[in-house]
Amino acid sequence: MTGIIIDKISMVFTLPDGGDVHALNKVSLNIEPGQIVSVLGPSGCGKTTLLNILAGFLSPTDGEVRHNNQTVTGPGAERGMVFQQGALFEWLTVNDNIQFGPKMAGKPKAESVAKCEELLNIVGLAGFGEKPVYQLSGGMQQRVALARCLANDPDVILMDEPLGALDALTREKMQGLILKLWKETGKTIILITHSVEEALFLGERLIVMAPRPGRIVEDFSLPFPRQALTTNARDVKASPEFVAKREEVLSMIWEMEEEIMGGGIEVRGLSDA
Amino acid sequence: MREQKTPSSLAIWLGLADNSFTRQKTVKFGDESAVSSGRFYSILIVILLLSAWIITSVFGLIKPFYWPTIGGTGDRIIKLLSEGFRNVPLWEHVGISVYRVFAGVLSGALIGIPLGFSMGLSSVARGLFDPIVEFMRPIPPLALIPLIILWFGIDETAKIALLFLASLFIMTIAARSGVSSVRISKVHAAYSLGASKLQILRHVILPNALPEIFTGLRTSMGVCWGTVVAAELVAADKGVGSMIMIAKNFLQTDTVVIGIIIIGVIGYIIEMFMRFLERVFIPWKGKG
Ligand SMILES: Nc1ncnc2c1ncn2[C@@H]1O[C@H](COP(=O)(O)OP(=O)(O)OP(=O)(O)O)[C@@H](O)[C@H]1O
Ligand SMILES: [Mg+2]
Repeated sequence: MTGIIIDKISMVFTLPDGGDVHALNKVSLNIEPGQIVSVLGPSGCGKTTLLNILAGFLSPTDGEVRHNNQTVTGPGAERGMVFQQGALFEWLTVNDNIQFGPKMAGKPKAESVAKCEELLNIVGLAGFGEKPVYQLSGGMQQRVALARCLANDPDVILMDEPLGALDALTREKMQGLILKLWKETGKTIILITHSVEEALFLGERLIVMAPRPGRIVEDFSLPFPRQALTTNARDVKASPEFVAKREEVLSMIWEMEEEIMGGGIEVRGLSDA
Repeated sequence: MREQKTPSSLAIWLGLADNSFTRQKTVKFGDESAVSSGRFYSILIVILLLSAWIITSVFGLIKPFYWPTIGGTGDRIIKLLSEGFRNVPLWEHVGISVYRVFAGVLSGALIGIPLGFSMGLSSVARGLFDPIVEFMRPIPPLALIPLIILWFGIDETAKIALLFLASLFIMTIAARSGVSSVRISKVHAAYSLGASKLQILRHVILPNALPEIFTGLRTSMGVCWGTVVAAELVAADKGVGSMIMIAKNFLQTDTVVIGIIIIGVIGYIIEMFMRFLERVFIPWKGKG
């Protein structure tokens, strides 16, 4: 396994009025198998675009992404995705949602039922299997989304603000769950977030992006996810080291936001035209 | 705490007193949910109308030519039930109309749903059918009756063809908007879980479009029910519509009135039936 190689990808969107948006400009990144990587950056810096390219939903206007030495040309079961919300199939029960991938692949029923049971236990939803998903709370739904993704046993899990729609407390619990899953499954995880704290806590590597054109400006190596595997999450987040890093990254993001707003409010697209 | 006399549950049911929830509201005008059912007044108006009918019947205030007496109507119902109308049992008149509606709606759905799906999924299909669908959409089905009679005559095929057309475009548009209402993240999620195009169609797009297809079926049922009665008024020897038309020719106002009541009641039952099916088959509606 060679992980994911992002090789000088650029993405230019052409607007209907003729203007161009450089959502990504020559972005390169190597992600080792088993790494947990968080991606942070001001709104509009191309995070979602990057993730959609990794998932194979978009093809970059230039450059390429390779996963295990294969050029990514479309979505595939080896790269699972967890969306912010609303991507569960509301006409199916929790069980059927989780077993969706194996069922599509024609796996034996008994096998996927057993796997589903196991996953329900891991994400703390034992006994909820027969419920329709729309009866679950937002946090529970995201746990189903995680389980559904894991049931398919992908190499890489891509997450676009998976906890963005949750309240602060549920969010902390879910961060713990993601770390636990990372530890137990050893999967490669790439996670986009708007929360600096979350990015530090869930990234042994933190990628900071800047807009116009979308690019990578920082690539931190961080000890916090590994620390959190052995120590209490709150202690990790309260440690002087964590707080110092948080302030550093926060002021960096602030600076970028200032820059964006500094030249007066621009109308996106018009300035590029 | 202020002492408050709790109104009886009968008074609440009748809508004469506010329920415990509304009672605490200080702002009621403009809050639709604070307007009670007013059931007492519903009962009142029905009783009033019935009494008016009884009184006019007893004293012979309205000529039966314009509006039947209550006794006459009762006798006529018994006669219709026992002897039928013009040698055809009453249930057969009703049954044939209902049958025509179902045949029309189902055939329209059978063609319309795949058509709508193809329009939502392929530019070729969209390009081909869009002008036709958009052109046919605003034409009331009744305006097609003359053409249908020229093409198919006035037999059974003609009526079902008319209802088929009435339902076809409703179902096409419903299925098409069902496809376009699919949230892209669901489709993406399914692809990332390894689903093929056909599996996406069967396991994501179809279930996602079901609520809209069902709404289409309901609308279709309503429109077709209206259309069948009107079509039977024009040309038919069986069916509720033809029954009231022929009754009119014989100046049987009571049969006309009974026919109208039947039309209303059946239309209501169809609507309730469809809502029931919807609750049973798509409990997830509006919960995505
Ligand atoms: N389909 C599209 N057509 C045109 N422009 C697009 C399209 N998708 C994204 N963009 C533009 O590309 C840039 C990056 O968008 P993207 O959604 O990747 O940002 P993001 O970092 O995910 O932002 P956020 O944090 O708000 O989710 C933005 O300027 C956006 O307007
Ligand atoms: Mg985004």
